[in-house]
Amino acid sequence: MDFASRGLRESATFDRATIHAIQRAAATGVYDIRGWGAKRPLPHFDDLLFLGASMSRYPLEGYRERCDTDVVLGARNAKYPLHLDIPVTIAGMSFGALSANAKEALGRGASAAGTSTTTGDGGMTPEERGQSKHLVYQYLPSRYGMNPDDLREADAIEVVLGQGAKPGGGGMLLGQKITDRVAGMRTLPVGVDQRSACRHPDWTGPDDLTIKIGELREITDWEKPIYVKVGATRTYYDVKLAVHAGADVVVVDGMQGGTAATQEVFIEHVGIPTLAAIPQAVQALRELGVHREVQLIVSGGIRTGADVAKAIALGADAVAIGTAALIALGDNHPRHDAEYRQLGSAAGYFDDFQDGRDPAGISTQDEELAARLDPVEGGRRLANYLRVLTMEAQTLARACGKAHLHHLEPEDLVALTVESAAMARVPLAGTDWIPGAVR
Amino acid sequence: MAALTEAEVVDLAASSVRDLNQALHAPQPAVSWGVLNPRGAHSVACGLKDEVTVDIAGHVGYYCAGMNQHATVTVHGNAGVGVAENMMSGTVRVRGDASQSAGATAHGGLLVIEGNAAARCGISMKGVDIVVGGNVGHMSAFMGQAGRLVVCGDAGDALGDSLYEARIYVKGTVKSLGADCVEKEMRDEHLTELAELLKAAEFDEDPADFRRYGSARQLYHFKVDNSTAY
Repeated sequence: MDFASRGLRESATFDRATIHAIQRAAATGVYDIRGWGAKRPLPHFDDLLFLGASMSRYPLEGYRERCDTDVVLGARNAKYPLHLDIPVTIAGMSFGALSANAKEALGRGASAAGTSTTTGDGGMTPEERGQSKHLVYQYLPSRYGMNPDDLREADAIEVVLGQGAKPGGGGMLLGQKITDRVAGMRTLPVGVDQRSACRHPDWTGPDDLTIKIGELREITDWEKPIYVKVGATRTYYDVKLAVHAGADVVVVDGMQGGTAATQEVFIEHVGIPTLAAIPQAVQALRELGVHREVQLIVSGGIRTGADVAKAIALGADAVAIGTAALIALGDNHPRHDAEYRQLGSAAGYFDDFQDGRDPAGISTQDEELAARLDPVEGGRRLANYLRVLTMEAQTLARACGKAHLHHLEPEDLVALTVESAAMARVPLAGTDWIPGAVR
Repeated sequence: MAALTEAEVVDLAASSVRDLNQALHAPQPAVSWGVLNPRGAHSVACGLKDEVTVDIAGHVGYYCAGMNQHATVTVHGNAGVGVAENMMSGTVRVRGDASQSAGATAHGGLLVIEGNAAARCGISMKGVDIVVGGNVGHMSAFMGQAGRLVVCGDAGDALGDSLYEARIYVKGTVKSLGADCVEKEMRDEHLTELAELLKAAEFDEDPADFRRYGSARQLYHFKVDNSTAY
């Protein structure tokens, strides 16, 4: 229906989504909980452009001249750092939030592409350990399913302080997803609405974190790289404190980063965009003299090889994907549109990961639904997607004359908007103006 | 280090915690160990996975016996934050007092604190048994999921806040109960299990002197009517 031609004007302040949210709140008395990440428009990688080589820079020949993509993570202290073929990793997502088949598919896809995948709240499953060549074990406040045998089986340990979708918030897994297996792994009653703590139970603050990291190193005999993951907020300070605490790798998750279940108000109103977080993190690492020695992994809204290349050009060593990986597995696929509509959503809009009724069989513990996702086929799709991301990033890097993705640099970028120029700390296109920079 | 693999006594005035833990983690370690001069060191005897006995002569810092499996660790002194955190099995005994978060998130085994335990004793406990000879601080057994916490002295504020299925026994006073934690009837089976726990801890208390606390299970699901309870 053409509302504009009928003279109907939608309020920018009270748009239809806002009106619906008010009506829903009035009807139910509870806030909205959903999955996915921030949906509001934000300055993002799309607001940056590469300056391809021309007279002053030599490009590299596509398909002929090498542009390497590998990355070593955690060589600062660990006896066995991770050596990945590509700088695109799979972010932490729990078994519980996701089906066992989905976790297995993530492991298969990541392994086929030569990269790592990550556990989540709730512990490690044999499916994902078995199919993941490089598996990062998350160490979370809840410690659900946490045990030292799995810690020793992991290839790296990620101490999670927060995530971009909800910095400062704990987690939740609603009762419909707490099946016998999930409950058993988390030592919880079946069907309970599970809360995950927002703070670690046995340490507080950066000085304690130093001691905690020391304990994890002692338990694993200094073999594993230790990551520290933070949701992007006061990123400059958080990264400095993480490095001081002994992190080998710092993971910064911007506010576009996804979640399986969080309050809408939290997702949309807490944290800073990924674009704004990267320069802060890089500045902190540079000031400490450890940029590239302590690796920076960036996540939150990575979708394309251009995003990968831009994040690396700004100073990241690698990126992590979560939402995009689920889409690659089949999330929000049009073939499920009719079922999404039965759930009150539609393909391209579905974000009710908390409900456990995902027609794609990904964010569910329903056996029938979960069986819809073939982990072998899902893994193949993810591997394809990861290869495309890598090739796209290589294409852009070669155009900038770089023989390794890590040779990309901020000088290769310009910004399309004043906001993105200020956040990314690169000049507005066609100018030498970086808003906020001291000349 | 070569001498350590043959010796059963490690003097931390001369050796590092790394040396000690590496030796304890080695395949087929000696069955009995003595640790001298711990001097508040952190992560002493953590990550043990064999049936060894470790006696620590003095005070330890954070995370002593962290993630313990099968080992019997005795601290002949006080313990810092997170003693026996995430223990899976075995026994850890602190002859003195323990700082906060003793036995945090532990899944199994027995933690005995002969003195007092500070705040958050048994936070997020997942199956461990903890017996404290003295008092426990505030927020003890917070979000306790499984296992038993026995307090022979008094409990501080907000005991058992947001409790799941962990069971709590207190002999003395409870300053206040946390959200959804209530006193429950002490039935015969509880007296029996409490007697077993006290015996295992080598305490002479009478189970009949204790009260039992557990979850009312009213906050297990998010309901708008519960919004003021948290």
